[in-house]
Amino acid sequence: MALLEIRKVTRRFGALEAVKDVSISIEQGEFFTLLGPSGCGKTTILRMIAGFDEPDEGEILLDGKSLAGVPPEKRPLHTVFQSYALFPHMTVAGNIAFPLEMAGKSALEIRRRVAETLALVHLEDKADSFPHELSGGQKQRVALARGLVNKPRLLLLDEPLGALDAKLRVEMQIELIALQREVDITFIFVTHSQQEALALSHRIAVIKDGRVEQCDEPDQLYTQPANRFVADFIGKINMLEVEVTSSSKVLLGLRAEGLGDIAATDPRPIAVGERGAFALRPELIRVFGHRESADLKNRFEGVVRELLYLGDVTLYKVELANGRVIEALMPNAAPGRAKFHEVGDVVTVCWRHDAGVYLRN
Amino acid sequence: MKTKAHFWLWTASLATYAFLYIPLAVVVLFSFNDSVLNAEWVGFTTRWYVKLLHDDDMLHAAANSLMIALVSSSVSTLLGAMAGLSMHRYRPRWLPFLVLTPVAMPEILLGVSLLLFFRQVLDLSLGLFSILAAHITFSIGFVAVIVRARLAGMDESIFEAARDLGATPWATFRRVTLPLIMPALVAGFLMAFTLSIDDFVITFFVAGVGVNTLPLQIYSMIKVAVTPEVNAISTLLMALTLTLILVASRFAPDVLKGRS
Repeated sequence: MALLEIRKVTRRFGALEAVKDVSISIEQGEFFTLLGPSGCGKTTILRMIAGFDEPDEGEILLDGKSLAGVPPEKRPLHTVFQSYALFPHMTVAGNIAFPLEMAGKSALEIRRRVAETLALVHLEDKADSFPHELSGGQKQRVALARGLVNKPRLLLLDEPLGALDAKLRVEMQIELIALQREVDITFIFVTHSQQEALALSHRIAVIKDGRVEQCDEPDQLYTQPANRFVADFIGKINMLEVEVTSSSKVLLGLRAEGLGDIAATDPRPIAVGERGAFALRPELIRVFGHRESADLKNRFEGVVRELLYLGDVTLYKVELANGRVIEALMPNAAPGRAKFHEVGDVVTVCWRHDAGVYLRN
Repeated sequence: MKTKAHFWLWTASLATYAFLYIPLAVVVLFSFNDSVLNAEWVGFTTRWYVKLLHDDDMLHAAANSLMIALVSSSVSTLLGAMAGLSMHRYRPRWLPFLVLTPVAMPEILLGVSLLLFFRQVLDLSLGLFSILAAHITFSIGFVAVIVRARLAGMDESIFEAARDLGATPWATFRRVTLPLIMPALVAGFLMAFTLSIDDFVITFFVAGVGVNTLPLQIYSMIKVAVTPEVNAISTLLMALTLTLILVASRFAPDVLKGRS
């Protein structure tokens, strides 16, 4: 049985359907992420799990029992808020002790657990500090410690890294992964950052306009996006409008207007004549000099219009015959050479027949 | 140029403060003057204070004023806090008008309308109760505004976090909301206390004949002349108010410092 099951949940605010028929099930020990642009409904889902909001339709079950009508304080789960929501009038130790006191633990146990949890987040020396004396990263750790100290069945995290600067955010991501593994508590993480979601999660639900667009493991989302939105939202991607010209078992023949035939793969039975999009990651495209040999099936001539030298890689923007510009990312791995091509060079772009994904409209 | 600007700035500031505080200083000074007339300094004495202590009317009025101020500020702190909390939490459209109208209303109007209400509508005999009711009425709004301002500057998710971490609504109030609005409650209480203890206009209308308060007593005394005894009681009132402010600043430092 799943630890948490969201079953056909809909939530309306007036005429607006913020969450539409969402079903997700989350297993014990998972690091699960709700990913989507701001206003997509992910925070509403989190608030319904926490008990600050109730679904209009459908239900949420924890360990198989419905949470309907259960007030937030009676749910065995805690939330780490975006603003941390530390109690300003209590010390760090007081903040962390709060959920234990509310649960009626003995003074002795509270002291022991607070000390343990402070050690877990490396804040032993800040026990008597007040929140306003802490840095952003330290407040973040206190909020995490406070959420974890009473060993909830679930920890909900609402964009907890949003307020940190870029460098600290990467450090906290690494800490979060280690922490989740150490405490073995199920995390439900809400973020609008696809990079954060990919780096942290076991599974991700991509949400748009209140609906789950795709729910899968990070690498599956990245390599096998279900539709244009997911393909475009996660990572960089080239999108070509195509028509299906042939389909046999796994091989798929596509034609892009003004460009030519593209060989692709797709296990689904697809009707010839169907229109869709061909999505291709920039790092799967090779860029060769005009006279270099390229024995790949998909090869098209183009002109380098722009390039961005990024040190480890170079991003080429290549204009193809039909005027479409595609982006290719090439590692600068060859010793002694920084760039392979210059702006204005005539080049050949090519990719393996199984590199891209065909997306139905 | 800079020194000249400084000179005028200093002069203006000093003049302002002089204008504010010299009359107060004069009152204090002449309360120790060994002369019945407030005209020239004769010598130091405490006999006006001794006389005050033996003035039964004055003592009675002072006791009334203190009692009224304590009760009305306590009750209006409680009610004002409730009003402030609900204005913040539920944002009802009508409540702010109901609560804040007495704050903006001219005192004379409030006095007349309360008098009419107590006498004509409720057929209440005027006295301690009517004074208390009137003082509570005009104090609630001040407390409510202060409490609401304090809450407005606060991160709303703190209260949700408390619930989320296992606190019942009552525990959330006791452990989180109450400590956080405490400075506003202290400030509101003091404001209500000061408003009550020196209120003249409204009290004058609703006091009736039996009950006297300090401001009413002082007024009836200066109808004859400003005696050193009035100076003495004024000095004591001033000392009380100052003490209250100092006490408040100990309990709620941010009320005076303006820190959030």
